[in-house]
Amino acid sequence: MPLIDPNVVDLSRLQFALTALYHFLFVPLTLGLTIMLAAMETVYVITGKQVYKDMTHFWGKLFGINFAIGVATGLTMEFEFGTNWSMYSHFVGDVFGTPLAIEGLMAFFMESTFVGLMFFGWDRLSKPAHLAVTYLVALGSNLSALWILVANGFMQNPQGASFDPDTMRMQFNDFTALVFSPDAQAKFVHTSIAGFVAGAMFVMGVSSYYLLRGRHREFAARSFRMAAVFGLVSTLAVVTLGDALGRLDYLVQPTKIAAMEGLWHTSTPPSAPWLVVAMPNDATQSNSMEIGIPYVLTPLVAHSLNTPIPGLIDLEQASVPRVDNGIKAIAALQQYGETHSAASLATFKQYENDMGYGFLAQRYAPNQDVNLITPALLPSVEQQAVQDSIPNVFVTFWSFRIMMVLGFYFVAIFAFAAYYSLKNQLEKHPMLLKLCMWSIPLPVLATEFGWVTAEAGRQPWTVFGWLPTFQSASSHDLGYMIFSLAGFALLYSAFIAAELYLMFKFARLGPEDHGATEHHTPADASLAAPIFAKPGFANKSWE
Amino acid sequence: MEIYIALKVLWAVLLGVLLTGLAVMVGMDMGVGVLLRLVGKTDGERRTMLNIIGPHWDGNQVWFILGGGAIFAAFPTLYATSFSVFYVVMILLLFSMIMRPVAFEYRSKVDATKWRDTWDWAFLISGALPMIVYGAAFGNVLEGVGYHYSWTGQYFQDESFLSYLLNPFAVMCGVMSLSLAVYQGGTMIMLRGEEPIYSRARTYATLGAVVAAVIFAVGGVWVSYMNGYVFTGTVDPGMAATPLGGPAVAAKAGAWLNNFHAYPILWLAPAIGFVGMIVGAVALQLHMKIVGWWLGVLSWIGTISTVGIAMFPFLMPSSTAPAESLTVWNSTGSAYNLGWMTFFAVVFVPAILSYTSWCYYVMRGKVKVETVVNDPHSY
Ligand code: HDD
Ligand code: HEM
Ligand code: HEM
Repeated sequence: MPLIDPNVVDLSRLQFALTALYHFLFVPLTLGLTIMLAAMETVYVITGKQVYKDMTHFWGKLFGINFAIGVATGLTMEFEFGTNWSMYSHFVGDVFGTPLAIEGLMAFFMESTFVGLMFFGWDRLSKPAHLAVTYLVALGSNLSALWILVANGFMQNPQGASFDPDTMRMQFNDFTALVFSPDAQAKFVHTSIAGFVAGAMFVMGVSSYYLLRGRHREFAARSFRMAAVFGLVSTLAVVTLGDALGRLDYLVQPTKIAAMEGLWHTSTPPSAPWLVVAMPNDATQSNSMEIGIPYVLTPLVAHSLNTPIPGLIDLEQASVPRVDNGIKAIAALQQYGETHSAASLATFKQYENDMGYGFLAQRYAPNQDVNLITPALLPSVEQQAVQDSIPNVFVTFWSFRIMMVLGFYFVAIFAFAAYYSLKNQLEKHPMLLKLCMWSIPLPVLATEFGWVTAEAGRQPWTVFGWLPTFQSASSHDLGYMIFSLAGFALLYSAFIAAELYLMFKFARLGPEDHGATEHHTPADASLAAPIFAKPGFANKSWE
Repeated sequence: MEIYIALKVLWAVLLGVLLTGLAVMVGMDMGVGVLLRLVGKTDGERRTMLNIIGPHWDGNQVWFILGGGAIFAAFPTLYATSFSVFYVVMILLLFSMIMRPVAFEYRSKVDATKWRDTWDWAFLISGALPMIVYGAAFGNVLEGVGYHYSWTGQYFQDESFLSYLLNPFAVMCGVMSLSLAVYQGGTMIMLRGEEPIYSRARTYATLGAVVAAVIFAVGGVWVSYMNGYVFTGTVDPGMAATPLGGPAVAAKAGAWLNNFHAYPILWLAPAIGFVGMIVGAVALQLHMKIVGWWLGVLSWIGTISTVGIAMFPFLMPSSTAPAESLTVWNSTGSAYNLGWMTFFAVVFVPAILSYTSWCYYVMRGKVKVETVVNDPHSY
């Protein structure tokens, strides 16, 4: 079987990574803002205070600017598996396509249908009906995250399906195993709540801008407080759940966790250090510089004191027998495809679980035919294949570090912000407000690095242990890939320019204040009174 | 095995339902996009047109997304092969599709002629191009597509994209689908718009219906002379889903009419489509807008079921390796998967239809230029 041009594979990867990361610039804000809009509107419906309606309107407008590109770029994602990952789509469509289809049926329809009413239905729906619509939008966006992460969870830890030699693909056989995969569930909560962090930081940062300029103060102070408290709770949850995700990697993706921790050699418990900083070198398979804290790694990763954590070099060598078995599996599978003989099927079944490693070896077989691997060639094929079986350590290590550092930074900033906001002392701390403002893009950055950790750390597989990335792509001409990449680059750059322009424009413009305090009382006086109990302008209607 | 065959057929039918839902709902919005500059002469008129579909376009668009997701799950090999084989065309479709959400949300947020004009052109492209590609895909598939598989199930392309792009029959099908979209979109503007856009929309919608009817008739004749595909080996509908090692297939002129000859009642499908378009044009001339809209739906149902019946059980025949053609029998998901998909479809499709209808009900009534221009929430 001819292999696909490696350049085409690389460009397909580049295109997928760029379009997915781009989609995910907008998704976190959608996840977070829909929840916050629902919360704001709830307070409005209960208290009847105009300022909460203003909040819902204003943040809703900014949400809309973000949402449009989220939807547009999501379209690309839905079709990209077919356009660029045809072998992958054929191989797992039976199990992987299902959550995508359910996502459409259950989540996208709900979110997208009601988002229209949320924007256009203010004057046509009763207050509770409109509130219900807003809740359905929030529910829809979070359900969409659930189903897409069920799909992604299958790539990380394929359970719920098994390989069928008659159809040459993974066949779905266990719905609950797919949906309640610990990977999928842990990813879902971590990712959704990471979106809440992004939404909270956005609201808090934009509010800081007004507070710093003394504009829309009541509006901004209330938005700020809500965001700070919501953000604090969310970040604490994200960090805790991040630890759970790391533990799952330890259990099912040992190569990923070793790469995340820069661990070339199996650790010696309990004193093994957790590397704060290191310079992993993938070529020499060692770290050229290491600063670590002893005794932290083992309890952190394994949640125990005396379990060694396998290092990458040892993991590679442990895979050698799997490569041998995999070669037999692939040869038997090919023979079964031609002859349908019972003997070849039996051989295949015997080595089936190592099939993926056979694909890794196929790349180095003469003519890409595993039958041509002679005993003399075997050792070199084995070594090349196992060297391919680990991810890029530098990328995985550092993207993980950046996400974590940002996570702890968020805990700190939200803690201070919530504290001073609850004490009504925000305006005494302009530095904090400035920091909040400048931190708006950071949660999105953290999620991007989180995805790079998760996806780069999964390499060389698209379906962990079963299908290598270089086998997954569509067999396109190089020119096709250049055409599509150039087009996406052009369009997406135009989009982001338009989006940033409008975001800044409308954020600077600020909310339309309806009865909110714009008269200039001294800073502390206006904020000193407990904001949530402030009388006045109750039940003032918008219309 | 019996159940598996039934599920395969059921999902072939549901594929048709999905493609029809997509054509009606997304096609309508795209028709409005195409007509934006033709029917709307002033900015206020254009904004009115956008706000007619404003609350609904995003929900409607999910038909398109679900189209991708459901084909992925229910026909994995079809999804994998067709989108890759048509790569350049698919990417052009995506480029134009993704402009639309942004155009809706951003166009009216800046009050500058240049800005709005740019987005208006985006509406034209993102309305016309996808509908042409949509129709052309049917045309290409009817003619057969050049591809074959390696033993692992990886497809290989045997034909250049130019032959899909610049193919007269396919282009004709594309124009027909665009015409039906203009018909449906124009009718929607008549339903919720007032003069002067009402009358202009009526002209274009009628024209759309008539052009579609003419092309449908010409296409019918063309297909009866064109190569269709038939099984020449023994077929096992319950076969494992793989394009490899299946029964032999041959290309034969006029073979796409075989199913109609075998079951003459099936001629009803093209008849419904044709009558839908003709009577639809008349209804619009008589200002029967709601009837006209539903006749548009009927036209789509007739057209898509005609193609489906003509090809059944073929989905995408291979012109270079006919035995590896994708059919309803060899390219579906597993029985287990189709079972779960059926369950979710049964639960959610009625729910979707009811809340979508409710949304249209809430937003019912004429959209007026003055309200649009003064409403801070409008597009
Ligand atoms: C605000 C965003 C954010 C923050 C502060 C964190 N994460 Fe995270 N992380 C994500 C946003 C994110 C994400 C974008 O949501 C990812 C990408 C894939 C996924 O499932 O979630 C992710 C992935 C991800 C993974 C890889 C999962 C996999 O293998 O598939 C691990 C191990 C962690 N995270 C662990 C942590 C830890 C220990 C953190 C803090 C100390 C942390 N994350 C903070
Ligand atoms: C269901 C969800 C997802 C699936 C099925 C998926 C699938 C894939 C596939 C097929 C590749 C190509 C293989 C490769 O290049 O390594 C890939 C790579 C990648 N994806 Fe994902 N992805 C998903 C979600 C995401 C999201 C949401 C992001 C980012 C926001 C993302 C980021 C990346 C990155 C950065 C790579 C490149 C990794 C590398 O090449 O080293 N993925 N993913
Ligand atoms: C790589 C696989 C992915 C695919 C195929 C995909 C597909 C899509 C599609 C088609 C849309 C538009 C829906 C609409 O019209 O309403 C969309 C939007 C959305 N997606 Fe993705 N997506 C992917 C990754 C993700 C991930 C990993 C998440 C969440 C964790 C996510 C969350 C969302 C959300 C919340 C929206 C709503 C719109 C917005 O974000 O602004 N997506 N996605």
